[in-house]
Amino acid sequence: MPEVAKNTVAFRGGGFVPGTRRWAPWLAFLVIIACWETASQLRWLPALFMPAPSEVVQALHALLVDGKLVAHIVASLKRIVSGWILGSLAGITLGFMMGIFVLARSVGLPIVSALFPIPKIALLPLFILWFGIGEPSKVATIALGVFFPTVVSAFSAVDNVPRNLIRMAQSFGLSTRMIVFKVILPGAMPGILAGFRISSSIALILVVAAEMIGADTGIGAFVLAAGNLMQIDQLIGGVVLLSLLGLGVSALLSIAEKIVLRWR
Amino acid sequence: MQVVLEDVGYAYGDLPVLEGVGFAVAEGETAVLIGPSGCGKSTLLNLIGGLLPQQTGRISTLGTPPAGCLNPLTFVFQDFALLPWRSVAGNVALALEHHRLGRAEQQARIAEVLKLCGLSDFADALPKQLSGGMRQRVGIARAIAVKPAVMLMDEPLSALDAQTRELLMEDLISIWARERTTTLYVTHNLNEAVRLADQVVVLSRRPGRIKRIVSIPVPVAERMKPEHAALVKNLHDELWSLIKAEAQVADREMQHA
Ligand SMILES: Nc1ncnc2c1ncn2[C@@H]1O[C@H](COP(=O)(O)OP(=O)(O)OP(=O)(O)O)[C@@H](O)[C@H]1O
Ligand SMILES: [Mg+2]
Repeated sequence: MPEVAKNTVAFRGGGFVPGTRRWAPWLAFLVIIACWETASQLRWLPALFMPAPSEVVQALHALLVDGKLVAHIVASLKRIVSGWILGSLAGITLGFMMGIFVLARSVGLPIVSALFPIPKIALLPLFILWFGIGEPSKVATIALGVFFPTVVSAFSAVDNVPRNLIRMAQSFGLSTRMIVFKVILPGAMPGILAGFRISSSIALILVVAAEMIGADTGIGAFVLAAGNLMQIDQLIGGVVLLSLLGLGVSALLSIAEKIVLRWR
Repeated sequence: MQVVLEDVGYAYGDLPVLEGVGFAVAEGETAVLIGPSGCGKSTLLNLIGGLLPQQTGRISTLGTPPAGCLNPLTFVFQDFALLPWRSVAGNVALALEHHRLGRAEQQARIAEVLKLCGLSDFADALPKQLSGGMRQRVGIARAIAVKPAVMLMDEPLSALDAQTRELLMEDLISIWARERTTTLYVTHNLNEAVRLADQVVVLSRRPGRIKRIVSIPVPVAERMKPEHAALVKNLHDELWSLIKAEAQVADREMQHA
């Protein structure tokens, strides 16, 4: 038999695999905070303008103990939750109408497109004139800010429900109402939940902005006051709180997605 | 129930799709519709099932639906049309929930059709967990759960591989033998046509007109017996010769469109 070259086939399909390392983000956070703390301790950062993480934690702790912080958080949360719920309910309702009824779509789409780009915080002064300086003007600003992106996401979520499922339901004699609740609503859920991510971050931005303009409670007011008094440790503490709040909301939404969208 | 079409025509805007289509399907019989792509087969089925408004001619049913029938004209879809968020049993339930059935009867009907379609072990599975063949079995189970008078099937097996198609054809034959449902069945597959049809309706290319109606004298259940092999082969050839030229032209048309 003639000599034949025999080579083992080499593997060349490595890398480019999507994946995550669970510990990596925690480690990154730790490294950043450690660098920051070290820089402060070594006085590379001006203590007056950029306090150390440990000082921020102390400031937050002190505020937590005397109860002021909780009051601010509760005030902000109340505004966010009520504004977000109002805006979402109204937005989903209109978005569904636009997705289902041709007339609602032809009327609603141009109006929504025209009003969507207005930065809603610009309307706060108007709402203060209408509703007074109290809670309603802030809640209205948040609700309006949440309303428009929710309309758009609910509308396109309804629009994306496969037509063949709707036809199937019709072919089995389901009424329009039943089709809305049994086919369109669950079918639009992924899009609606994705919209919640956007609208909840908008609510967070607007609550801070509104509280900076006219409030003496809430995280926004707290951050502004801390800045005016040059209490930078408290100011950064407030910002950290906002970040935690955002993360918390996002975690809640992830849980909701896991439960509601198990079928995907 | 019998289905009668008289001089049926349909146009999408100014695109005529069907012209002067007339035939009847007797109770318990299966009519298979074949014809080149785009000749209006799906349109015709949707007209019969009331998913499109009738334009010209007349489509009617004769006779009364069987006892316990909840939805006389019932579709089985090419893409299965299952709700991905509902389990197998839930998908069948969708067809029943809005009728006054009572929980016990509803459960009984679901259990019965799942058993009939070999799905009993998958009642709680989600569609995404099933193979294509099993998904279409759910589509068929959902259809027979309402005890239809007429089944409208638009290429029900065309999304499946050849072996699965073979298995499902056998299932369909035994279901029809049991329920004696009148059936209109659209396909591109001449094999399915000669296996399943009592009557093959051959349509011309668009606008679809009836080119030929071929009745098959051998009962569906006996079709595969060796003594009928020659007849089946001849039928297949006859249908292919009717379709071939049209299909070629239609094929070119689609590419130019
Ligand atoms: N909603 C619609 N609007 C306009 N034209 C349509 C519409 N639906 C179908 N058509 C056209 O009508 C013709 C017939 O369509 P139909 O779906 O009934 O054909 P078909 O025989 O089922 O084709 P295939 O074998 O590809 O499934 C096609 O030319 C198609 O492009
Ligand atoms: Mg078709």
